[in-house]
Amino acid sequence: MALSNNNSKPVSHYFLFFALILLACGVTYGTIGGLQYLIPGYLKETLSFEKTRPLHVSSVVFWIIIAAVGSMLSYLPQHTGKKIYSSMLARIQLMLMIGAALAITIGYYAGIFGGREYWEFPPLFSLPIIIGWLLLIYNYISSIGNLFKQPVYVWMWLTGVLFFLFTYLESLLWVIPYFRSHVINDMTIQWKSYGSMVGSWNMLIYGCGIFLMDKISGEKKYSYSSIAFLLYFIGLFNLMFNWGHHIYTLPTHAYVKHISYIVSMTELLLLGRIIYKWKDSVSTARKYFYYLPFRFMVAADIWIFLTLSLALAMSVPAINVFTHGTHITVAHTMGATIGINTFMLLAFVFDILGEKSYYVKQNRKSIMIGFWSANISLFIFWISLIGAGITKAIWQMKSNQEIFGEMMKNLWPYFLSFVIAGFVLATAFWIMIVPLFRKNPQSANDK
Amino acid sequence: MPDKKKVVIFLLLVTAYSSYSAYLYLRPPFQAEPIDELADKGKIVWQENNCTACHQIYGLGGYLGPDLTNVYSKRGAEYIKAFVKGGTPIMPSFKLSEEDMSALLVFLEHVDQSGSSDPRNFRIHFNGTIEQ
Repeated sequence: MALSNNNSKPVSHYFLFFALILLACGVTYGTIGGLQYLIPGYLKETLSFEKTRPLHVSSVVFWIIIAAVGSMLSYLPQHTGKKIYSSMLARIQLMLMIGAALAITIGYYAGIFGGREYWEFPPLFSLPIIIGWLLLIYNYISSIGNLFKQPVYVWMWLTGVLFFLFTYLESLLWVIPYFRSHVINDMTIQWKSYGSMVGSWNMLIYGCGIFLMDKISGEKKYSYSSIAFLLYFIGLFNLMFNWGHHIYTLPTHAYVKHISYIVSMTELLLLGRIIYKWKDSVSTARKYFYYLPFRFMVAADIWIFLTLSLALAMSVPAINVFTHGTHITVAHTMGATIGINTFMLLAFVFDILGEKSYYVKQNRKSIMIGFWSANISLFIFWISLIGAGITKAIWQMKSNQEIFGEMMKNLWPYFLSFVIAGFVLATAFWIMIVPLFRKNPQSANDK
Repeated sequence: MPDKKKVVIFLLLVTAYSSYSAYLYLRPPFQAEPIDELADKGKIVWQENNCTACHQIYGLGGYLGPDLTNVYSKRGAEYIKAFVKGGTPIMPSFKLSEEDMSALLVFLEHVDQSGSSDPRNFRIHFNGTIEQ
């Protein structure tokens, strides 16, 4: 796959291919991690859980970020009607990201950690990511020109690229002794950055989602409408101030928690809108359901409803005190990263890479089996985690708690269920993405 | 919505966010605490062994092992040492030097003294807020 060949695919496609490899790795590591819950001591000496978890988490987080960037770089020329400002800068960014991912993976296998949740690699490995991201910002701004008379997704992409850099840098503040001198100060800033960072990559993904829906429906009315911008500003407001719900039980400033509690309730508007627009969504779904990328968008829509409902409940401190530190939080994360982020990203991937793929057309039936298997298994996975979370929440509140190990034994049926569902989910993703890697036969290209 | 209005709203939000961030950086929850070098080293030991993959502090971290926020006062230093050195059927034994082990213990003591992570200690108010 020569990146510099003029006849080869656009560089954005290589972002997507690389991201898909990371997804395949991520779900495989996830399956191994699940087995370690089920079989105590499984691979303890070679690939123990403190290695499996970061391998899984980093692969999946990088899948989301790199696929979001790849999708944005694919849609940007379709929006502006001209090439991106510099393919060379995008290529350099991709090389830096690949280099960082390789170094991080080798580091994890060798047991070299920075040990921060989600970004568990040494901070030095962040350097190529930061440099690459600076190139992306320059490339994006140069490609867009100005913000006037632009649809909402252009604003969302700009917000996403800028805030990701800021929050990523913020997540590295711990290297300065001032910020890590007290565990509470450190955790406050750490979760401030993480909460907003998720919001920033959501901006990239939702921006692509709006672009794709415009493309499918053939009209751009929504993306220029006031309601689109109103929802964007609500999203931005939440990105900035809604992160405190991660640390309700941390003895940090009370105002951080109160602000987050109030701000998070504005998401009720988003939930209300989904319910209000349900009928319209169903009729639109019927109209375009034949189109593969649209199916992923519909699946993501349902997962938005489920995940947002759970998130809203968890944003009430009085409920959060029960759910915090339990698998309900994991259920929320899985719903958001797989149900929403991954399904939306797969919609973009199938739109961008799948449209001209001979093997995607040939394997439509197996991709559909993968699609339904992924959705059903994810639902079972999600429910199992909620079940495990409720059982742990009851244990946490008991006055005469049995020891931790006994409680974990009681969760075994839920673990069994989520491991089986996780295995089906991983297999479903493999089935769906393998045809995307197959090169079209010459006869298909000639047509 | 006119473009100028969008820019104004965007800039207002960015200004509010920047001010909020700067305020938090300058006024952290715990101020004027001298940096305990050994606790700081212990924190690095905690991170470099990726303890957070399996364990939680204040309910944040992995779920395979127990929350360790208050393990120091509940179980004591010798108990922690035995687990880290010997491992368990699930946890590998970590071959920490004596120096690293001491630093880790000081860090866990520092975490323990910062508060309680036990949700049973929270008071729940009618408006949905909680208090430690």
